[in-house]
Amino acid sequence: MLTFIIYKFILCAIVFVISLAVAAYSTLWERKFSALLQDRVGPDRAGPFGLLQPLADGGKMFFKEEIIPNVSNRFLFVLGPSLFMLTALMTGVVIPWCKDVSIGGKIYAIQITDINIGVLYLFGVVSIGVYGIMIGGWASNNKYALLGAIRASSQMISYEIAMGIAVIALIISSGGTLSLREIVEQQDAGLANIVWQPLGFIIFFVCALAETNRAPFDLPECEAELVGGYHTEYSSMKLGLFLFAEYINMFVSSAIMSAFYFGGYNFPWSHELYAALGFQDGSVWIALIGFLAFFTKIAIFISVFMWIRWTLPRFRYDQLMNLGWKILLPLSLLNLGITVVVEFLRGHITY
Amino acid sequence: MLGYTITQWIFGILSFLSIMFGLMVVFSRNPVNSVLYLVLTFFCIAGHYLLLNAQFLAVVHIVVYAGAIMVLFLFVIMLMNLNQDSEPQKTWLTKIIAGVAGGMMLFVLVGSLKGSEQLGLNSYGSSQIGLVKNLGKVLFTEFLFPFEIASILLLAALVGSIMIGKKEIK
Repeated sequence: MLTFIIYKFILCAIVFVISLAVAAYSTLWERKFSALLQDRVGPDRAGPFGLLQPLADGGKMFFKEEIIPNVSNRFLFVLGPSLFMLTALMTGVVIPWCKDVSIGGKIYAIQITDINIGVLYLFGVVSIGVYGIMIGGWASNNKYALLGAIRASSQMISYEIAMGIAVIALIISSGGTLSLREIVEQQDAGLANIVWQPLGFIIFFVCALAETNRAPFDLPECEAELVGGYHTEYSSMKLGLFLFAEYINMFVSSAIMSAFYFGGYNFPWSHELYAALGFQDGSVWIALIGFLAFFTKIAIFISVFMWIRWTLPRFRYDQLMNLGWKILLPLSLLNLGITVVVEFLRGHITY
Repeated sequence: MLGYTITQWIFGILSFLSIMFGLMVVFSRNPVNSVLYLVLTFFCIAGHYLLLNAQFLAVVHIVVYAGAIMVLFLFVIMLMNLNQDSEPQKTWLTKIIAGVAGGMMLFVLVGSLKGSEQLGLNSYGSSQIGLVKNLGKVLFTEFLFPFEIASILLLAALVGSIMIGKKEIK
């Protein structure tokens, strides 16, 4: 029992540190990537190639003066960014990072918990995530912040529906399991889900962009109209938490997309490779290679997120709602119908 | 611990918290605080579902009630900018009538609970009924008719709300 608790605790700590580290270096990569697209150099002063820039940014955030508006609701003002950060970190719990490792005859799963309702858990946490923005925006007692909060809530609810239906189609095509590990393992045996769910993946991807408030869906913090959106009144590390949580959300949604549609830690001809290198099942090397494959996919997705941000202009608000309700929702329903028919013909659905 | 099992302790704490947050919903003056307390109440109730081994119900409860419906409540309250100052003052007569009506509702509920027989956890064969697969099987075989009736009811409510929400019918 004690070893179990220690092992889970270590795993939690590792996932926590990795989430923060990836998010920190995503901010650097975002600036470097935008510099690349705009033919600039980007940050290059702090350390070699600007590698210490995230530390400098974080330090700056901590040492800035902290201002809490007099008219704001103090408790909720602090609760907002904390809640947003908490929910961003909570999503990492159900993600399977690599294959099981057996050390000294005992099998360790490199996943904090494999609950059999993992997908639903993800949706639960994501749907709670909007409270951070709403509470923060409302407690600031500022018109722009309030408008940003209201935009965030309606946008997230609208896109959650299409996202949910896309995921239902995915679950049907992967045999009705809600456990993330089983979804990933299934793609090891067969083809990656993207082959069966191309439309579903596109819908999921667009919704993930909207759920993480990334451009072109960053209406809640649209600086041209709303000053700073929901974080107008925030300063110092509270602002930092809001900005940072966005990057963690981006990291986690990239991880979820690679796990759902691109096989997670599996990759084509992995079994042949492992056999050629002579690795046994449960060896640490297999886990490490799988981990690397998973993170390569995640890095590609994060880069695509950034590429989109620095390429596409922001939507207008009515366009955003039209896209969500009149295009993505019918498309996802169509995708669900097609999936059911295809899976029935493949004989996966028994009556 | 003091003659109680851990489950009983968790049940007691959860019940205390849900009743406390429920009271806070009613007693807090600010409607936004009320909604936030209601969200906490829903979390406690989801905890009760987990104690009954009904994971699916617990998560769906959080996704639907805490994650969607309460967000819409909060949305409307924020949009209309309701707060302590704009709260309409009610007369004593309305307060008394509301109290009596609520009390009678409580009376009816307690009466109906007293008459009902105790449904144990195991009345459907096993305590695993709350898991997704088992629940789905029971819903789509044994309880298919009530399930479909409920969905038609929801559909009708949806159409009705859209009709009411429309400014003018062309």
